[in-house]
Amino acid sequence: MSILHTIRLPLVAVAATATLAACNPPPHDVVQRGYRGTAMELVIDKAERAESVAANKAPDVIPQVPSGGPKAGDLYENVEVLGDLTVGEFTRVMASITQWVAPEEGCNYCHVPGNFASEDVYTKKVARSMLAMTQRINEDWGEKHVAPAGVTCYTCHRGQAVPQYAWSHDPGPKTSAKIDTNGQNIASPTAAYSSLPYDPLTPFLDEDYPISLQGNTALPTGPNVGTKQAEWTYSLMMHFSESLNANCTFCHNSRAFANWEQSPYQRVKAWHAIRMVRETNNGYIKPTGEWLPPHRLGPMGDVPKVSCMTCHQGAYKPMYGANMIDPYPSLATKSGVAVEMAEEAADAKAERDGPVPAVGNMGGGE
Amino acid sequence: MTMLSFEKKYRVRGGTLLGGDLFDFWVGPFYVGFFGVTTIFFSVLGTALIVYGASQGPTWNIWQINIAPPDLSYGLALAPLNEGGLWQIITICATGAFVSWALRQVEISRKLGMGLHVPFAYSVAVFAYVTLVIIRPLLLGAWGHGFPYGILSHLDWVSNVGYQYLHFHYNPAHMLAITFFFTTTLALSMHGGLILSVTNPPKGQKVKTAEHENSFFRDDVGYSIGALGIHRLGLFLALSAGFWSAVCIVISGPFWTKGWPEWWNWWLELGIWN
Repeated sequence: MSILHTIRLPLVAVAATATLAACNPPPHDVVQRGYRGTAMELVIDKAERAESVAANKAPDVIPQVPSGGPKAGDLYENVEVLGDLTVGEFTRVMASITQWVAPEEGCNYCHVPGNFASEDVYTKKVARSMLAMTQRINEDWGEKHVAPAGVTCYTCHRGQAVPQYAWSHDPGPKTSAKIDTNGQNIASPTAAYSSLPYDPLTPFLDEDYPISLQGNTALPTGPNVGTKQAEWTYSLMMHFSESLNANCTFCHNSRAFANWEQSPYQRVKAWHAIRMVRETNNGYIKPTGEWLPPHRLGPMGDVPKVSCMTCHQGAYKPMYGANMIDPYPSLATKSGVAVEMAEEAADAKAERDGPVPAVGNMGGGE
Repeated sequence: MTMLSFEKKYRVRGGTLLGGDLFDFWVGPFYVGFFGVTTIFFSVLGTALIVYGASQGPTWNIWQINIAPPDLSYGLALAPLNEGGLWQIITICATGAFVSWALRQVEISRKLGMGLHVPFAYSVAVFAYVTLVIIRPLLLGAWGHGFPYGILSHLDWVSNVGYQYLHFHYNPAHMLAITFFFTTTLALSMHGGLILSVTNPPKGQKVKTAEHENSFFRDDVGYSIGALGIHRLGLFLALSAGFWSAVCIVISGPFWTKGWPEWWNWWLELGIWN
């Protein structure tokens, strides 16, 4: 007893020090995002943020070439999107894309050597869709979400042929058939390591299940939404937070989640982003499944898709707001076949067959 | 007010911590003392300032009156009265009143020759308040991190602080605090029930003894902690609840900036399955 008495204080001190050392100690950067005293705040670890800023730098820009000269579409065969560019500018964009997407593989990642017009490499067809997608996002989703920074291939690809943060349907952990995890109850990175449903991306960012839950009246008059449904929405929100390294108060005042007047304007941006991501997945990315080889598909055979994380990668603005699009005006507006593809994309929609429970109860929603 | 037979024995001068004989007297049943005076000073001034703050605000609705701390941009400096300065002075008054009250309890204990268990217990609650409005703001570098004084506004603050860390129920210290709060009520209700069941028998039956109490719990859970032990346990449970509440908020922000679910990744990263 007396030994315990003697070592009690040092033990506590050692335990406390070890616990604190495992955490991130102050000082931190703090950002106030609402009226004083409402705790609409971000607390940011300086070292972590510095690391993230270094990891999310915009790439070097190949200098612009003097205008003039023949058009790419006149000189080369089978240039369906960027045909109106001068040969010089066209070559510059192609070189940039190589840098952004396949810096090691080079031109031959998408082209047959000696026959650049050939469609025999599947990546060329995919690249055309992706060009059209980039133009559509910059031109038609600019005001709603991506302006003024805009997006280029690099925003997602970061020098890799397949973006690091592409996602596909999550089959969940391998468990005995007798144990049903019910789509949740594991520490899922997608849900910011909570035990919430581990694949909220399929029902909400591929399919278009309603996300909003709160009624607009003080007393519960509907929509008749249960806790299980709320867990799916919360899981999606956790994905937003994880992707932007921001907390719930970045978009919501939690005293009234549903109320737009009390919400920071970022919530409007996010509302449009959800629609943008759904269109991008269904209108541009999933159709490339026709050409993708099996090894590019997810464990359940679906095309890898985009989520918030694909572009944001832990930054509240991709590349912390660095302007991506101004040096590449040809990617800022739709051209060639991209115009037609945008119309098809706008109509594309996934069928709802996701795992969201209690959907029959959804009265209102959005 | 009649005096109990032993009161003359302790209603004597001395035992004060500060001020010597100053204010060392009773008003009716109440001991005054130096810290009684400072308690009254701080609480009257603080309350008056809250009323003044309400008069400067948009509403007299008791639920909606809100006296908010300054903007974070003021850091640890003083702010103008109507922009958080009132909150700062009210915080000084509240802390002054709470600490004075604890020290007054110490002086009374000393006069009675008692232990300091009561002031210690009360101080844990004061510590939790001081953690919220002084220690954590100091660690984060701005008074604006304190909670606003208002019935609904402080609840809104609690909600948003929880959502700052995505899911506060994953906060390990919050888990401990909640567990201690529940266990405290369980222990208190069982202890209250036991005492009433023994000392308050139906008409015509005898009051039972400590042996009955001990036998009941031996038969029930195999062990009786005893008459002294149950009060030690009760004090421990209740103080732990307050203590871990203070810990759970002071680590949120100053020592952990991410979502609380992610804190548990140390478990996923343990060598045995990683």
